[in-house]
Amino acid sequence: MVSPDKSSIRFDLRIIAESIEPGSRVLDLGCGNGDLLAWLQANKKIVGSGIEQDEQKAATCIAKGLSVIQGDLNEEVDEYPDHSFDYVILSQTLQQVFEPARLLKSLARVGKRVIVSFPNFSHFTIRMTLLFTGLAPKNDQLPYSWYDSPNIRVITLKDFKKFARNVGYSIVKETAINTNADNSSGSVVNFMTNLRANYGVFVIEKKR
Amino acid sequence: MTDQQSKSVITKKEYYTPETPDNQLVLESGDVLQNLTIAYETYGTLSEKKDNAILITHAFSGDSHVAGFYEDDHAREKPGWWEFMVGPGKGIDTDKYFVICSNILGSCCGSTGPSSVNPATGEPYGLSFPMVTIGDMVKGQKKLVDHLGIKQLHAVIGGSVGGMQVLEWTVRYPEMIRAAIPIATTMRHSALAIAFNEVARQSIMADPNWNKGNYYNGKKPDLGLAIARMIGHVTYLSDEAMRRKFGRKLQGKEKFSFGFDVDFQVESYLHYQGSKFVQRFDANSLLYITKAADYFDLVDREQFTLQDLEEKSRGLIKFLVISFSSDWLYPTYQAKELVKALKRTGQNVSFCEFVADCGHDAFLIRDDRFSNILRGFIDGISR
Repeated sequence: MVSPDKSSIRFDLRIIAESIEPGSRVLDLGCGNGDLLAWLQANKKIVGSGIEQDEQKAATCIAKGLSVIQGDLNEEVDEYPDHSFDYVILSQTLQQVFEPARLLKSLARVGKRVIVSFPNFSHFTIRMTLLFTGLAPKNDQLPYSWYDSPNIRVITLKDFKKFARNVGYSIVKETAINTNADNSSGSVVNFMTNLRANYGVFVIEKKR
Repeated sequence: MTDQQSKSVITKKEYYTPETPDNQLVLESGDVLQNLTIAYETYGTLSEKKDNAILITHAFSGDSHVAGFYEDDHAREKPGWWEFMVGPGKGIDTDKYFVICSNILGSCCGSTGPSSVNPATGEPYGLSFPMVTIGDMVKGQKKLVDHLGIKQLHAVIGGSVGGMQVLEWTVRYPEMIRAAIPIATTMRHSALAIAFNEVARQSIMADPNWNKGNYYNGKKPDLGLAIARMIGHVTYLSDEAMRRKFGRKLQGKEKFSFGFDVDFQVESYLHYQGSKFVQRFDANSLLYITKAADYFDLVDREQFTLQDLEEKSRGLIKFLVISFSSDWLYPTYQAKELVKALKRTGQNVSFCEFVADCGHDAFLIRDDRFSNILRGFIDGISR
C-alpha cells in the first residue's frame, strides 16, 4: 500500500515522524493526501486518523485505506473524546488558523502531545527582502503575495515559543530545519535557528 | 478501466425459505412473521475461508437485483440498480468479493411482504401483514447470511434506507462485520422526511381502489401509488438538478395550453416516473417500508445503541460515511451528526461529502470519485 522508504516523504514530515513512538494513536490535522499517516502506519504501526477539508484529498486518503474525515479542523477536533490520541499533528497549518490559542487548547484536550510545524518568518532571507526591497516577502516556503496568501499568521520560531508558554504549554522538543524548495531533503539547524532555519517543528504538551 | 467497467454478470434470483421453526421471525412489535422467505442474488465467488462476502442493502424501492442481467433478459434491458458500482473490476469488485443483495422484508420483489399469501387465510396479507422495522429487515438478512455459512461479512454497504440497514447491522451484529459504508443516509428521519412519506402514504390511502389495503383481487390503487412516487422523485432530485434537467422547458409544445394538461417537461417526467413505478411496485409495500424508515431511530432507542457498540467493539468496525452536497432528503448535516456520534463512541470513522448536484439520487448515478473511494476503502479493510 505504501512505500516503507523513509526518504519518500517530505523532509519536514520525516522530522515529525521521528518524534512519534511506535504503536501510538495519531491525529493528523490537515493531512493532505495522507503521506505522513500512510508512512507512519506502514513504519510505526500507528493507529492513525486525519482531518482534511479538501474533498479530493480526503477521498484520496480514504481510498488509500486511511481513516480520514473531511471537514473543518476546528469543528472536527471538538468532537473527539478527551485524550483520544497520543499525538496530534498540526503540520504547516498554524499560520492559517484563525484562532490559534483556541485550537491549541482543543488539541491539548484530545491529545497528550501536540506536534506543530510552520515556516519561520524570521529567516534571514525574509528579513533581507523586507529590508532591501521593502516588499512583503515571498519565497519557496511562503510563495504567496500579500493579497492572496492563505497564511494569515506571521510566525517566527521565537514568537511560537513565547506563545506556547503563554497559553500553558511546555516545549518538549524543538527542531529547527532547513529544507530545499521541494522539501525532499534538508538539514537540522542547531545554532541561530531563528535566523537560519526556514521551518520549525515543535513537540509541546500541556503544563501539568 | 472503461473496458472493465462495462463488464456485467449474468445473475439469477434465488429464494431462501428456512425450515420450521426457523421460518418464523419475532418482530420488534412483538408480532411473529410466519413463512419467512427472502429473495436474494449473489455475485462472484465465496472464498474457501468464507471471508470475502459483502452484503449490499437496498433502498426503499430497490430489490435484490443490484447488478448484472438476468439470463432471460436477452435485450439487456434491465441492468441491476447499482450496475455502475457492482461487477467485475468495478468499485465493489465481484472478481474479488462475494456480493450478496437480498430483498427487504415488507417489499414486493420476492421476500415476504404485504402482497405475500398469509398462510392463515390463503389470501394476500394486505394490512394484516405485521409491521416490520429496519431492525426486523436486518434480522432477516442475518438469517440469510447464516444460511450461506458466513461468519463475518467483509463489509455491509447501502444507500438511503439501505444505509439505515447498514447502521442497524453495526449495532445489532457488530462482531459479524468488519466494515460499514452508510451512504446518503441518516440516523433518523427529520420532520421533513416524515412529512414527505406521510403525503405519499395519504395519496395511496385516498385512492378508492386502495380499499384499506385489500385490492389484490381487483383494481389496484395505481393513481395513489403514482402520485406517491411523484412526490418521492421530487425529494430525490435537487433544485440544481431540476433546473439543469428541465428548467421551465415545455413538453412537446411551444405555448402554454392554458389548461391542466402537461405543459412543462418536469410534469411529464414525474408522470412518466409515476406510471413506470406502478408496474413494478406494490402500494402496500410502500406504506410499510416508508413507515419502517420513519420509525428508524439510532439516537433515541433502548436496545442496540451506539453506546453498546462502544463497549462491544471499540474501533473494530471501520466506518465510511458518505454524503452528497445537494441531497436535501438526508442532508450532509445529518451525515455529520452520524460521524460525530461515531467519533464520540470511539469508532474508526472516515467521512467524505461529494460535491454533486443530483440530490439524494446521486448515489445511484455513475461517478468515478464514488467508485474509487469505495474500491480503495474496501481493499484497505484488513481481514
